[in-house]
Amino acid sequence: MFDLSGLTALVTGASGGIGGSIAKGLHASGATVVLSGTRASALEALASELGDRVHVMAANLSDRAEADALVAKVESTTGQLDILVNNAGITRDGLFIRMKDDDWDQVIEVNLTSGFRLSRAAVKGMMKRRFGRIIGITSVVGVTGNPGQANYAAAKAGMIGMTKALALEVASRGITANCVAPGFIETPMTDALNEKQREAAIGQVPMGRFGAPGDIAAACVYLASREAGYVSGHTLHVNGGIAMI
Amino acid sequence: MSDIADRVKKIVIEHLGVDADKVTIEASFIEDLGADSLDTVELVMAFEEEFGVEIPDDAAETILTVGDAVRFLEKATSA
Repeated sequence: MFDLSGLTALVTGASGGIGGSIAKGLHASGATVVLSGTRASALEALASELGDRVHVMAANLSDRAEADALVAKVESTTGQLDILVNNAGITRDGLFIRMKDDDWDQVIEVNLTSGFRLSRAAVKGMMKRRFGRIIGITSVVGVTGNPGQANYAAAKAGMIGMTKALALEVASRGITANCVAPGFIETPMTDALNEKQREAAIGQVPMGRFGAPGDIAAACVYLASREAGYVSGHTLHVNGGIAMI
Repeated sequence: MSDIADRVKKIVIEHLGVDADKVTIEASFIEDLGADSLDTVELVMAFEEEFGVEIPDDAAETILTVGDAVRFLEKATSA
């Protein structure tokens, strides 16, 4: 439906359920895709599944030097970076009153700060080419909050605010910045729920089921497309109706 | 006018889309040539690329006119 051929995309967290699906979606629409993540074997497996127009660049985004080097590496390998999907994320859940500084810091670093650093690096080349798409994978909990996830909710809400500020600054250069906010999606992250938690979660969703990673990928393909060039600063909620915001 | 000044002028004309005769040595990027703050950042990036130098943020803040850029780059490239 949307043609991304001739464009290069970097997807962080591509070794995860949602990130892998986003990479597949962009690739199926014609983009050259750079897969980044911490688990090299999972990235290699995905790369061989996709075939051509794929590069693997493992990176640990909690390491600032690695995060800073990643965009330069993409640009020197592929010649350009048109679509950045800041998807890498971790959880370190715990009740607020018991949350450790480390759990707070790590989640903010990987889920928010790495996205800032990658976007800052990516936007330079995008400004020169007068085209770019920055997509942040946030979460419904960044807007609604969630008990046990103060750190995660803060990082995800931070990403929404950061994206809006960036969107304003670069709008005149043909660059859009948007977020996609998944609700409950079938991934290893939600597999960690026990049966009771799972039932309770599904009970909250008007559609009566978890979403699929492909639902998030489809939203990303749209926001990455040339056709979405007039959409910026937006958060597209893909959550089965769990929160209508 | 020096070679550096010519190259600076060329970048400014191309980037801001202004008439060559407006790009005098005294011209201020923002006040005379209609640049916004993002334009000035892009100009600095373009100068860095053209001249192969790094312009730190505190120096970039002092580059307000075409002449400022020329003087900075003359110094930076002769060092």
